[in-house]
Parts: sequence; C-alpha cells; structure tokens
Amino acid sequence: MDFTLKVWRQKPGTQGKLVTYEAKGISSDASFLEMLDVVNERLIEKNEEPIAFDHDCREGICGMCGCVVNGYAHGHQGGTTLCQLHMREFSDGSVIYVEPWRAKAFPVIKDLVVNRSAFDAIITAGGYISIRSGSAPDGNAMPIAKETADAAMDVAECIGCGACVAACPNASAMLFTSAKITQLALLPQGQAERMTRAQRMVRAMEAAGFGACTNHGECEAACPKEISMDNIARLNREFIGSSIKK
Amino acid sequence: METKPTFYSTSVGKKVVMAASGFIVFGFVVVHILGNLQLFLGADALNQYAAFLQGLGPVKWTVRVLLALSVLVHMVSATQVTLQSWAARPEKYAVQRFQETTYAARTMRVGGPIIGLFVIYHLMHFTTGHCHPVKDGFVENSEGMLNVYNNVVFGFQDPLASVVYIVTMIFIGLHLYHGLWSMMQSVGLNHKKYNHWRKVFAVLFALFVAGAGISLPVAVLSGWVVPV
Repeated sequence: MDFTLKVWRQKPGTQGKLVTYEAKGISSDASFLEMLDVVNERLIEKNEEPIAFDHDCREGICGMCGCVVNGYAHGHQGGTTLCQLHMREFSDGSVIYVEPWRAKAFPVIKDLVVNRSAFDAIITAGGYISIRSGSAPDGNAMPIAKETADAAMDVAECIGCGACVAACPNASAMLFTSAKITQLALLPQGQAERMTRAQRMVRAMEAAGFGACTNHGECEAACPKEISMDNIARLNREFIGSSIKK
Repeated sequence: METKPTFYSTSVGKKVVMAASGFIVFGFVVVHILGNLQLFLGADALNQYAAFLQGLGPVKWTVRVLLALSVLVHMVSATQVTLQSWAARPEKYAVQRFQETTYAARTMRVGGPIIGLFVIYHLMHFTTGHCHPVKDGFVENSEGMLNVYNNVVFGFQDPLASVVYIVTMIFIGLHLYHGLWSMMQSVGLNHKKYNHWRKVFAVLFALFVAGAGISLPVAVLSGWVVPV
C-alpha cells in the first residue's frame, strides 16, 4: 500500500512544521508504528533524521505510543492504541496527517514525542494508597462486591497514554484524573486518603496547565480503553464532597 | 503543611458555580416564557399578569438583582474557564476531527455572548422601550396602565426584530440543551440508571423554551395575533 504522510517534525527549542513523506510499498498487515519504522529505515538510509515517536510494548497495554492521526487521537479506530491500528484500516494512496498530542501540559520533546510528566505529577499528588507493610493479607479478608470490583477494574484499565487530553477540545485531563480517583474511591483500600486525594489530584491537574472539561465527550471516544466520562461526574462529586467536609 | 486552594480557584469549582448560576437563570427563563405565552390568551390576560408583576415591588427588585448577579457570575466563571482552556492548547492541530461532541456543545462560547447581547436588546426593546418601534414610549390603555399586549404585538410586527428573536431562540435552545445535562455532570449528578433522563430533560426544556420563544414573533408576523 502507498501513503503520503504529513508528519510533524520539531527539534527541541524550535518551531515545528509538517513535512511530507512518501510511504510506498507498505504491507497492509503492518501496524501504524511498523509503517513508521519502515519510513524511518528509509530515512536513515538516505542519511536523514528519523521521525521520533514513543512506543514500547506494541500490544496496546503500556500507554507509551500515541499520535493524532488524521485528527483522531490513536487514529480513527475506536478502543485501539496506535500500535494496534493496522494500515489496512486506511485506504490505499491516502494522505495521512500525523501530529503529536497537543497541550501546553504536554510539551513536545521531539517530533511526535511529548513529555507526559504532568500525568506523573497528578499521580504523585494522590494516586496512591496507604498499605500496611509486612506479610500479604489473606485473600478473602476484605469483601468487595463483584460489581464494585468490575467498576474499579474498568477505570484501572487506564494506561495513562494521554489520548483523552489530546482529543479534548479544551486539552483537559479530567478523564485521566477521574479514572485514577474513581479506581481508588471505589475500593476499601482507597478510603484512607479519599478526601485529600480528590483535593490534591485536582490541584495537581490544574497546576500542570490542563484545560477545563466542558463535557464534549471526545475523551471517552478517543480512549483506547473506552473509559466512560461518567467517571468525570464522580471526580466532580468527590471534589465537591471533599471541599465541604475538609 | 501545604495550603489548600480555594474551591473556586479550580476549574471544577468554577463549573459548579457556573452550573448553579446558570440553573437560576434557566429557572427564570422557564417562568418568563410561561408568562409570555399568555399572549395567546388575549390582551386582558397578559396585561393583568404584567400589572401583577409590576405590583410586586420589592419582590420584583429582589428577583432582578438576583438575576443580574447570576448572569454576571455565569459570565465571569464561563470566561475564566474558557481562557484556561484556550491557554491549555497553544498550538492547534492541523487536522482535528470530532466523534462525540455536539453542535450545541461546540457553540456554547459563541451562543453565550450572543444571548448576552440579546438580553440587552430585549430589555431595551420591551422593558425600557428604547428600541421599541412606538417612538413616543409605550402604549398605555385608558387607565394609564401599560398595554403590554399591544407593545409586544407592535414590537414583533417589525420583521427585523422578530428575526433577531427567532435566531437567538435557536441559540438559547442549543445553549440550554448542552448546558442542562452538562450542568448535572459538573455537579456530579450522575447515575447509570438515570443518565439517559438527563438528555431527555435537556431536550424537552430546550425545545420548550426555544419553541415557545419562536412561537410569539411567528404568531404576530403571521397575523394570528393582532393589536387590540
């Protein structure tokens, strides 16, 4: 398959721009990242700088990869990370725009690689639980309803890729933050810091320079783990509740 | 010990304030439009209702002050949240496509200022009379009471004025549709079992307010409602 790529190229400390590359003879079974690998090998052969992009597991579970492809975070296919998107999903001969996540809180390091330390700051602020050290607790000592465990698992699926921020018209990190707050708020282990967690994580999110949620729903549409924006309402509830009680 | 930010300093807090102030204005709009629909009941009904409202005195002014404050708070919080979001994406996408957002959601920031300007025009049109076609002030009846009914009919007989109302009502409908369900999300009113009712509620009230608002100028322009 042949494609024309318009790829965002940006060196540290400079303005970026879209550069056109021809990607010819690409296998329809190649993933999007494998297609970029092929393009990069050809660039290296020509002594040109390869396109920098983030990746790690390439099986959709690590949260490292991700670009905005033709205007969609992780591409147009729902519930998929970019590494799991295959070139057969694109029409032969088409033009593909490849851009990095765009947000003030996610500054571009190089080309398609952005710095997502802002997410780490949110996690550090309250995305943890106090656990007793020592021997492992008995497996059934803490009863948790199946429904609750399932709901917590649904949000625990978040891989922190940042697609929610990238897709949000406001560059808001509410889906990410709400997934982390919800996961811990639902489970008994998360109760000890429940009040301070909502306060601290929201404050860290604001301090990082993310935008404000206006309930567009683009985050849940782009999320490769299909996390629901219902969790954002829970974040709001947790934040309001903890503001009243604390 | 770290200092805690005030509730309002966060975007979450600002949106709670925006939701609450918007809900107050929404409540007024529903009552206001129900009152205005009395145009269809005839001159006596509308004029007596208007006289009743004017006779409320201190209550009338309390409501006016509360509304003005709500509108102000709504505008300030919305502006702050908007500026925060604009600052959060300094570099725009070359290509950006949407999957789930609605036209209503994307026009909130255009619709808001349009509705704000409309309110100023609306007050100058029917409350103070500065923009009213009857240049020598409002029409009064034999007892010296304002003939609100005729003022409304003469006001809407100007096609340009009617078009302004009709277009704004569409924006108000869109603003209410997104605002009403979004407001519940912002204050955390969310439950799997009842979530779809939020959109039903939003659609019904948006359609009612916009539809009723459009029906008044249309009734006058079509000649159904005539001066008495």
